[in-house]
Amino acid sequence: MSWTSLIDHAIGHYNYWVCVVLMMLGFYIVIASGNLIKKIIGLNLFQTAVIMFYISMGKIDGGTAPILVDPEKVSGPVVYTNPLPSVLMLTAIVVGVATSALGLALVVRIKEAYGSIEEDEILAADRASDAKEQAQYAASAAQAAKTEAAQQGHA
Amino acid sequence: MITMVTLIDLVLFTLLGITAIAMLRIRDLFAVVMLSGIYSLVSAVIFTDLDAVDVAFTEASVGAGISTILMLGTLALTSTKEKTPRRQSWGALLIVLVTGAALMYGTVDMPAFGDAASPINSPVTDRYITASGEETGVPNIVTSVLASYRGYDTMGETTVIFTAAIAVLILLGSARTTDAPVTPRPATTRSLELRPILRAGAKLLIGPILLFAFYVQFHGDFGPGGGFQAGVIFAAGVILYALIFDMDRARALFRPAVTRPLIALGVLIYAGTGIATLFFGGNFLGYSAFNPHHPAHGQELGIFLVELGVGITVSNVMMTLFFTFCGRRRP
Amino acid sequence: MSLLLDCLSWLLILTGGTFCLLGGIGLLRMPDFYTRTHAASLPDTLGVMGILGGLILQGVNGGHWMSVIKLSLIIVFILFTGPIATHALTRTALSHGHAPVLHENRLPEQQPVKKDSKAGRKRGRKK
Repeated sequence: MSWTSLIDHAIGHYNYWVCVVLMMLGFYIVIASGNLIKKIIGLNLFQTAVIMFYISMGKIDGGTAPILVDPEKVSGPVVYTNPLPSVLMLTAIVVGVATSALGLALVVRIKEAYGSIEEDEILAADRASDAKEQAQYAASAAQAAKTEAAQQGHA
Repeated sequence: MITMVTLIDLVLFTLLGITAIAMLRIRDLFAVVMLSGIYSLVSAVIFTDLDAVDVAFTEASVGAGISTILMLGTLALTSTKEKTPRRQSWGALLIVLVTGAALMYGTVDMPAFGDAASPINSPVTDRYITASGEETGVPNIVTSVLASYRGYDTMGETTVIFTAAIAVLILLGSARTTDAPVTPRPATTRSLELRPILRAGAKLLIGPILLFAFYVQFHGDFGPGGGFQAGVIFAAGVILYALIFDMDRARALFRPAVTRPLIALGVLIYAGTGIATLFFGGNFLGYSAFNPHHPAHGQELGIFLVELGVGITVSNVMMTLFFTFCGRRRP
Repeated sequence: MSLLLDCLSWLLILTGGTFCLLGGIGLLRMPDFYTRTHAASLPDTLGVMGILGGLILQGVNGGHWMSVIKLSLIIVFILFTGPIATHALTRTALSHGHAPVLHENRLPEQQPVKKDSKAGRKRGRKK
């Protein structure tokens, strides 16, 4: 493989590589960040990487936007870029903002319920309330056992 | 060979990568949200460069406009600082690196960027490009594929947006949002009222923005545009009014009692068009049945109605989302 | 005629590009928020107007009259929005107590009451 063909390969695949990098950045934010809003932003990053990937694949060299032009106005055949990725991704963007709005609404409710949007604080609060409930349950169970024993002793 | 388009493409993709890395590293969420707006704008430029003008249009209005405002609304209700993590998550890094390497390996065999012989340009696409002009009478192939050939898809996606709006209303639309206006207005609103230049400028702009939304809606057959973009632009005009002038006044103009039923009406228009084609003796969403002698005219009518439904749903969903997020008082 | 239009159009585009570049450099080099906003408003007005003006001349040259009209409308809108946005930004900063770095503020005995961190660092380097 000569140098020029290697460079050609790199230029021809640069878009896809950047898309992979963007997607992995989004993925990393989603799993490594503890902040819920940052997680949603990471999810958006992931989504736009996919969109960018599709659109990159649809592009044809020397093509034009997929809007039919009057054949009398141009000389020679017209190359149109693939319209299908555009159609799929256009709706995906709008659906994406609607779903991320849903995620943000959940974040707002979590903030109202827990007073925090940091994952570890929420988990700690959950664990604390779980432990409290268990302690209460154990206490009430012990109380019930005691009264039962007392009743049996009475009988 | 490097063409001009490829060169621009390389530079813009590099910019995009840098923006994304900055978003990862910055802990101030306000700055991250602003960067995500910039990221969307750069993506929109890339989409234009890659000939996906309709997508660029949508990304610019949704990503840089509505999405940023919703994020800011959430930040106002929660907090703007991300806590510094106590430890580096090496496990996450490892997973990401392995997945990334696998994906990179997958791209090696892919056809080069811009290759006309790549498998994505299948006979289906060729048929869309060669036949859609005669079959539907709509020059914008994206619009005809979106609303006619793949009308089922788009109906499903409109329903997803509808469902998401319902879910947000269930989560946040409780009594705390819509009830009596807050008596002491927050300081920011009052300081905005003292800004003649901003208000005059906004007054000049809101009219053209709304007009442009209608242009995009009804010109979508011939140029880039359509119901999705038009809906978002219309909502952006209303949101600008609400931000600069007064939230309560904007909500009085676009009352929840009106906008919420309109969300459902848009989906109903879409599905109703499908039912109507059934009554005309065609398939569901087979618009040619509207005009058996001139199938293309039937298609044009069907596409018009469907895009109208999409526009109504999207604009009202975006307005509802905005009013729900930004109308909620901080707990 | 067409060569003249082409040359003129490229001259405008290059001028606009230069202003954009200058704005970017200014954004990085200027000491405080207000001067930086000032630098950032340069590409907003002159830069964009130069580039769009050049494109309009290209449109005139090629006879794309629809594009010419649309580009002119974009110029009008950018003329309104750019300066208004800059004005709103600086005014908000001022009303929230963000003090500009003035020459007398830089003197060591006259410390400003509120200073942003960037300006502070700059002053430290100057000394």
